Amino acid sequence: MSKIVRLISKNCNNITPESVEEYVHAGGFEGLKKAFTQDPTEIIAEIKTAKLLGRGGAAYPAGAKWEHLLHIPEFPKYIVCNADEGEPGTFKDKLLLSQDPLGVIEGMIIAGYVFNSNDGYIYIRGEYAAIQRSFQKAIDHAIESGYLGNNILGTKFDFHIHIVTGAGAYVCGENSALLNSIEGKAGRPRIKPPHLAEVGLFSMPTLVNNVESFANIPLIVQMGGEKYLSYGTKDSGGTKLVCLSGHVAKRGVYEIPFGVTLRDIIYDPQIGGGIANNKKLKFFHLGGQSGPCGIPEQLDTPYCYKALRSVGLSVGSGAVVVVDESVCIIDYLKGVTEFFIHESCGKCTPCREGNWQMYKILRKFQEGVAVQEDFHVMKRLTDTMTNASFCGLGQSAAVALTSCLKYFRDEFEAHIQKQCPADHCFIGRERGE
Amino acid sequence: MVGELNSSQILTIIEGIGKSKEKLLLILLAIQNASGKNSVEEEWAKIVASELNLPLSKVYDVLTFYAMFSTEPRGKYVIEICKSTPCYINKSDAIAKIFEEQLGIKVGETTKDQQFTLLYTACVGACDIGPVAKIGEDVYGDLTQTKIIDIIRKYQGALSCQK
Repeated sequence: MSKIVRLISKNCNNITPESVEEYVHAGGFEGLKKAFTQDPTEIIAEIKTAKLLGRGGAAYPAGAKWEHLLHIPEFPKYIVCNADEGEPGTFKDKLLLSQDPLGVIEGMIIAGYVFNSNDGYIYIRGEYAAIQRSFQKAIDHAIESGYLGNNILGTKFDFHIHIVTGAGAYVCGENSALLNSIEGKAGRPRIKPPHLAEVGLFSMPTLVNNVESFANIPLIVQMGGEKYLSYGTKDSGGTKLVCLSGHVAKRGVYEIPFGVTLRDIIYDPQIGGGIANNKKLKFFHLGGQSGPCGIPEQLDTPYCYKALRSVGLSVGSGAVVVVDESVCIIDYLKGVTEFFIHESCGKCTPCREGNWQMYKILRKFQEGVAVQEDFHVMKRLTDTMTNASFCGLGQSAAVALTSCLKYFRDEFEAHIQKQCPADHCFIGRERGE
Repeated sequence: MVGELNSSQILTIIEGIGKSKEKLLLILLAIQNASGKNSVEEEWAKIVASELNLPLSKVYDVLTFYAMFSTEPRGKYVIEICKSTPCYINKSDAIAKIFEEQLGIKVGETTKDQQFTLLYTACVGACDIGPVAKIGEDVYGDLTQTKIIDIIRKYQGALSCQK
């Protein structure tokens, strides 16, 4: 099995991104043309067969999501693409948005056709302002060539895509918060149920999928669910864009078929190429700040939803932050917690206060004033945050900490004794606060 | 130098984007970008509120919710150093220190000449070239002391050309 593939990334750095002509030449819009000859239920059946799980991080089965929305009788329905890529360590949607915008657009048009929807919105984070402009160019070119707008390819089907900008709020990656933001409001999450398929954008039935999920749709339609599934494992269909960062030799975005091991991803010369500067791997942080950390002993786990879950890890957004032995686990987790303090929207108490209390406890460890009792307090806090937070942000904010407490308990204990195995704390070094 | 925005310029921006409540973020970002001081003043927010038929509190809610907005004047160039973990473990704190020394201000402050504001930010999606700093729309990666000095010179040069 090849360890890297070029399926959804095949156009990236190979064609002029906004050129419809080059996109079509490379096989673009074939999925859309085929979709127009199919019944919506057939298309959804293929997506189900493909076992496409949501690529934004939540891994919700796309086929089930689409099927649910198809059975909702209200109209208009809206198609929304979540391009609010803010999960630290994640930069794969940026690749697709900037290098293959037409692939994302094609996926959205197919969704529009399936749900008989005439309007799609793509919510692109404010930090990607230049990409918003190049994406608009791709939209304009698609309209000029008859693939988007009114009467697409003479089918009498109309579909329009509107770009909406974010303005710097990680929580807007949460689908209901994102819809609030599109409506021009502060991006605080909504209470569910009702499900967004019932009460979504402008209170109408709405489909929200991630950029990478949409980019997969034309391929699935074109090659069929069975073929797509065969690229991955029997439970995780297809491929995944993984983002390597941190202390790995070759940082970047790589498309891998599900089933290669974590060792392949980090060490294979075609992919990560090992740890930078001949240091030793200490741990890796998967799926973003809201994901768990894993240790070298887990390197032979296949990278797929099921196998990772069985050892307490997860695919999440596809982020793989590689961390070498020079990093102190407490210091690292403090960074993670600071991020959640900054990004918590403040709506619910477990998340708003929980992260802050967690930060204070981590500081106690770093200053050598933590006591055994702090382990119990942390456990209570993480349980409360995980179970009682309003949305996924708070529910997953303690995931990294929980995994590290499991694997690096010794390092926490050492800090109680005023010792830092990574030689980072207790030496009076100044760090950025 | 960009002068103070006046109410007719604010109205032009709103008209250009469209008077709809859903465009609030876009309008506020456009105003902030045109302000020359990377902020949205209360007076301007009042005009936006009345044009979009929104209560001022709603506009204020949005302005204070999203990290990209500021209601306080900032420098012409806002330098944002990423402190999320992929950059942090590649020594973004040392990078912040170099910026502080070169600009003579601390993170969170603005230079006396109102040209630079130094801030920390969360992930900007450029972890493959961390540590990074974002200035306006431009992201600078694999930062070193030499690169930082060059970057600051470049922006100072752009400023002196405008004068």
